Amino acid sequence: MFWRRNKEQKQEDDAKIEESLVKTKRGFFNRIAGLFTAGDITPAFWDELEELLIFADVGGNTSVDLVEKVREAAEKQGLKKTIEVEALFKQYLAALLKRNTRAFAEGPRMLTVILVVGVNGSGKTTSIGKLGKWYKDQGRKVALGAADTFRAAAIDQLKIWGERIDVPVFASQSGADPGAVVYDSIRACIAREIDTLIIDTAGRLHTKFNLMQEVTKLRSVAAKQVHRAPHETLLVLDATTGQNGLTQAKVFKEAVEITGLILTKLDGTSKGGIVFSISQELNLPIYFVGTGEDITDFAAFDPDVFVEGLFKRETQGV
Amino acid sequence: MFDTLQEKLQQTFDRLAGKGKLAEADVDTAMRDVRLALLEADVNYKVVKDFVARVRERSVGAEVMRSLSPAQQVVKIVNEELVALLGEVARLDLSGNSPHVMLLVGLQGSGKTTTAAKLALQLRRQGQRPLMVAADTRRPAAITQLEVLGKQLDIPVHSEGSQVAPPVICANGVQKARASAYTAVILDTGGRLSIDDELMRELEEICKRTNPQEVLLVLDAMTGQEAVRVAEDFHKRLKVTGLILTKLDGDARGGAALSIRAVTGIPIKFVGVGEKTDALEPFYPDRMASRILGMGDVLTLIEKAQENVDREESVKLQRKLQENKFDLDDFLKQLQQIKKMGSITHLMEMIPGFSQMAKEIPEEVTDSHLKRVEAIIRSMNMTERRDPNIMNASRKRRVAKGSGTTVPDVNELLTEFKQMQRMMKQMRTPRGMRNLMNMFKQ
Repeated sequence: MFWRRNKEQKQEDDAKIEESLVKTKRGFFNRIAGLFTAGDITPAFWDELEELLIFADVGGNTSVDLVEKVREAAEKQGLKKTIEVEALFKQYLAALLKRNTRAFAEGPRMLTVILVVGVNGSGKTTSIGKLGKWYKDQGRKVALGAADTFRAAAIDQLKIWGERIDVPVFASQSGADPGAVVYDSIRACIAREIDTLIIDTAGRLHTKFNLMQEVTKLRSVAAKQVHRAPHETLLVLDATTGQNGLTQAKVFKEAVEITGLILTKLDGTSKGGIVFSISQELNLPIYFVGTGEDITDFAAFDPDVFVEGLFKRETQGV
Repeated sequence: MFDTLQEKLQQTFDRLAGKGKLAEADVDTAMRDVRLALLEADVNYKVVKDFVARVRERSVGAEVMRSLSPAQQVVKIVNEELVALLGEVARLDLSGNSPHVMLLVGLQGSGKTTTAAKLALQLRRQGQRPLMVAADTRRPAAITQLEVLGKQLDIPVHSEGSQVAPPVICANGVQKARASAYTAVILDTGGRLSIDDELMRELEEICKRTNPQEVLLVLDAMTGQEAVRVAEDFHKRLKVTGLILTKLDGDARGGAALSIRAVTGIPIKFVGVGEKTDALEPFYPDRMASRILGMGDVLTLIEKAQENVDREESVKLQRKLQENKFDLDDFLKQLQQIKKMGSITHLMEMIPGFSQMAKEIPEEVTDSHLKRVEAIIRSMNMTERRDPNIMNASRKRRVAKGSGTTVPDVNELLTEFKQMQRMMKQMRTPRGMRNLMNMFKQ
C-alpha cells in the first residue's frame, strides 16, 4: 500500500504492528473490544466508549466527536446491540487514518533525501537507524547525515547506528552548522552514487521559533542541491505523547512542511491515539511505526492493521 | 492555544448572564467545559472525573463575588482545587550523611541525561560536590553524552563503558564518591518501559546496592494518559520520591503532573524548562495549575485585580482596547494598576503566551523602564496624551526636561506606544497573536 513490498514483507510488518499492540490491547482498547460483546446499547455504553477513547489519548474533543458520529450512524441504521456497533466503529477509526495514503518517497530519482525532525527525545536517531536498515534491505544504497550538531554525543549515537547497519555516516563536529552538514552530505552522496540520504536533525520543541527556522534553512539547502529535496520531511512522534502531539504536528507542518509521521515507542502500553486527531485535522499520513529498541523493530504503518489490531480480542487470558 | 478555559466559560456564562449565584444548571454546563479543558491538558480521565465532581459541589450555590464574573468565579474554584491537588513546593532531601545518592529513572527520551547534568549543576550551586554516574549502557553514545555534559560543567563523571552491568557501575560510583568525598551522586540510568520486567529488576538491583536517598522519575511534560500508569509502575517497584517534569519550555499543558500527584502522591520536585544546563527550576503548584488550564497565571491576576483594580475602570479600558482608542492616558492608568500588582516581569509571566518572553527580559530593566515611562507620560498634557502624534520637537524637549529624561527617551516611548497600538490591533485575532509571538522570538 505504501510502496511496493512483497507479500512476506507485508505479513512480517503486520505481525510486528499486531505484536506491539498486544500490550496496548491488553490495556484499554481491550476493554473497548469487551464493550462490544456486552448486549444492548445504553447511554452508559456510549459514555464508556468515549472514556476509553480518551484513555487512549485520542483526545477529549475528538473522542466526543467520534462517539457522536458513530452514535448517529448507529441510530440511523437502527442498531440495537453493542456488537453491531463494532464494525461501524472500526470503520470510522480506520477512515480517519485512511484519508491520506500517499506513497512514501515515491518516484525514481538519483538521490532521495529524507529529513527527519521532531521534539527532543522522540526517537529520531533510533528511527533513522531503523529506516536506514529498512531501505538498505530493499537494495538501496543508503547514507545517514548527522545534522544534529547540538546535543552532546548525538553524532556518536548516529555513527554507532551507521556501524550497526553498515552504511556511511556523514558528519562534521559538534557545534558545526547543520546546514553545512546537509550540504556536505548531499555532495558526498552524489559523489559516491548513494541513492538514499536520511538526515538526522537536533530535537527541537515546536515552540522555539529560531530552531524551527533552522529546519526551513536545512530544507532550502537541500532543495538547492537536489531537485525538490527533501523528498520527505518526517516528524517523529512518541506514542506516549498526549494532546500536545497535535499541536506539535500542526506547528511542524506549518513551519517546515512535514509530509508524514513516524510513530515511535509503540511497544509501550501507550496507544498513540493522538494519531487520529493528527490524521483528521492535518491530513498527514503515518508512514512507519517503531516497536522496540532493536534494529528490526520497525514496520510500515497500515491503517487497517493498526485499527484491526486495536480491536482484536485476545484468545487466551488477560 | 489561546482558547483558554476562561474564554470558553465566558461564552457559556454569557448565555446565562446576570446571576448573583451559580445555579446548578449553569454549573453543569460549565463543568463540561472544565472537563474537556482538563482532558485536552492530558489530565488522567479518572482524575478529571473526581476533580470535576468536587468542583461542581463547591460551585453550586456559591456566591459570585461582585468583582468577578461567573466564569471567573468558576475558574477561581477550579484553580484553587488544582493548586490544592498539586501539593506543596517540594525540595530535594539532602538530610543525613553524604554522599546523597539520587537515582534518575524514566521512559526512553524523557530527558534523564540532560536532567542529570542540570541537577548536578544545581547541587553544586548549593554547595555540594556532585559526581555523575553514567549507567545507561544501552542507548548508543549515552555515556559519551553524559561525559560531554560533565566536561562542559566541569563536573566529574564516573563511567565504565557499556559492557559492565549498570548496578555494578552505580555501586562503584557511590563507592568512589565515598572515597573521594563527593557529597552527592547522580545516577543516570537508561530509559526503559515500566512494563519491561527485566529492566525494572535492574533498577531494583541498583536501588538495593546504592540505597538512594532520592529516586526521581523523569517524565516528559507531553506525556498523555499513560503517565499515571508509568508512574504507578515505577513507584510500585522503586518507591519514587519525586517527579521531575521535563520539556516544560514547550507548550504542553503538563496535565500528567496533576494526574501523577493525584494518583500516587509523588511530589513534583523540579521542572525542566530548556536545553541549557541551568534550565531546571523548582516546581510551583500555582503556576502549574494555571498552565494546565492554559491560561498563564491569569488566576493570580484575577486575584490581584480583585484587590487592586477598579472593575469599572478595567471594563472601560477593555472597551477602549477593542475599539482601538487606547491612548497614553489609558496606558498610564494601566501602568499604575499594574504597579500595584508587582513587578512587570512577573506580570508578563502570568499572561498566557508571554511567559517565555518575560524570562528573556532582565527584571531591573523593565521596572526602571516603567518608572521612566510613567515620568514621561506624566510630563505630557492631556491633549498630548490623547494624541501623541502632535508631539513635535519643542513639546518633546519640554517633556524630556519635565521628566528628567532625554528627547531620545521620549521618542523611544512614542515609538513603543505606536508599536503597542499596532500590536493590540493584531492581538484581536488568534492568527495575529501567533505572528506577534514570532515577532518577539526573533
